[in-house]
Amino acid sequence: MIEVKNVNKSFGENHVLHDFSAKFEEGQVNLIIGQSGQGKSVLTKCIVGLMEVDSGSVLYNGRDFSKMNRKERKDIRKEIGMLFQGSALFDSMSVEENIMFPLKMFTNMSKKEMQERADFCLERVNLSGRNKLLPAELSGGMMKRVAIARAISMKPKYLFCDEPNSGLDPSTSILIDNLIQEITYEYGMTTVVITHDMNSVIEIGDHIIFIHTGRNWWQGTKEEIIKTDNPEIIDFVYASKFMKNLKGKLA
Amino acid sequence: MSYIESVGKYVGMIRQVFSKPERLKVYYTRTLTEIETIGINSAGIVAILSVFMGAVISLQTASNMDSPLLPKYTIGYITRSSTILEFSPTIISLILAGKVGSNIASEIGTMRVTEQIDALEIMGVNSLSFLVLPKVIAAVFFFPFLIICSMGLSIIGGYYAVTLSELASHEEFVYGIRAFFKVSDITYALVKTCVFAFVIVTVSSYFGYFTKGGALDVGKSSTQAVVWSSIVILLTNFVLTQLILM
Repeated sequence: MIEVKNVNKSFGENHVLHDFSAKFEEGQVNLIIGQSGQGKSVLTKCIVGLMEVDSGSVLYNGRDFSKMNRKERKDIRKEIGMLFQGSALFDSMSVEENIMFPLKMFTNMSKKEMQERADFCLERVNLSGRNKLLPAELSGGMMKRVAIARAISMKPKYLFCDEPNSGLDPSTSILIDNLIQEITYEYGMTTVVITHDMNSVIEIGDHIIFIHTGRNWWQGTKEEIIKTDNPEIIDFVYASKFMKNLKGKLA
Repeated sequence: MSYIESVGKYVGMIRQVFSKPERLKVYYTRTLTEIETIGINSAGIVAILSVFMGAVISLQTASNMDSPLLPKYTIGYITRSSTILEFSPTIISLILAGKVGSNIASEIGTMRVTEQIDALEIMGVNSLSFLVLPKVIAAVFFFPFLIICSMGLSIIGGYYAVTLSELASHEEFVYGIRAFFKVSDITYALVKTCVFAFVIVTVSSYFGYFTKGGALDVGKSSTQAVVWSSIVILLTNFVLTQLILM
């Protein structure tokens, strides 16, 4: 479980996160949703330690990340897998090398064992046999799947996904969403997904946090978010005319 | 950002670059790759430049020797001295700052804007050490070889330019090359080369690593890397010349 307690983060005069607190449960897909510029990405960067918090704490199973020394942070990071918005695959490495990279750096596995692990991860994301391709030879959806394979290669306890559906068509988006949900349940990971995509919310959201003006504005389940009368959430969820009409019809 | 702040940031970066590597075997492999990328792949341009540089130095020297009191072997002597002391280590390093420096800054800058560096950090890899240290080792180790080749090729270029145009004979030029030779000149040139190699890689990596924004900013970082590497090379050249030769 990851617990965020009273986190504040500012950039000069711009206060991005205000006393933000939330819990991300183990074995669940936790979604962070909200409009652009509300602090979703900053929150994630603070949680994974790419940015330092001004005050407050981030606890990984009770261990305070902000109070850890360099070595302890390094150890925690080996338990984290992250799927970046643009996949962030290493251009100069093949698909297989990308997946084997963390194994090479942090384990004592033999080359054969690493290759077997890479094959397993690729099979898990339905990309068997694509080992030797370079990232430039992959489609957007395939790149995301390779990035998931790389993220799970070290069997992480925590998985972060920054807008996993951006730039993908609806059917590929659902495929990626389902993959994230499946591996979360399979490995019992604490998964945190940042998204704008309401399909994802309905499809995979076990626990949803709505972030607004840098605050934890609302949290609940996917069933609850559809029924809520919170005006900010209604503005976000039913932003398009189509959705507004749909809501009217459903009502 | 003030220059003092940038220098502080650069020093902080150097400290991190030389922190203990996670996995020596991976660093070793990366260093070999970097020797090929930034060393061997620069050999062609260094060779062409060196031959023509030597040819022009010897022709210029010959054309400016008006006094009949000056012996012809002076052409070979000046060609050798200016090539070893300044032209090969400094001019070739400036050329390498353009070729290798822009390459390093754009490579690391692209990794920064496409979140590849963030990915390394999330994995627990010291991204600065992983990306920069193999390049530093490769450049400091390999650039002296390039410069030694450059010295040889410059002298050969000078020899052919002078002898084919009959401005001096084979014997005169060769005598000039061998006259008043000091091994310390080579040492001085190689010390300078190692310092310049370090400057090129670290300054370019600095601009690449701290790139913010998108593709346009990667281009800007690349330009800044070349400009600042060149300025720092010229400054350190001045300081080293004062320290070693004076």
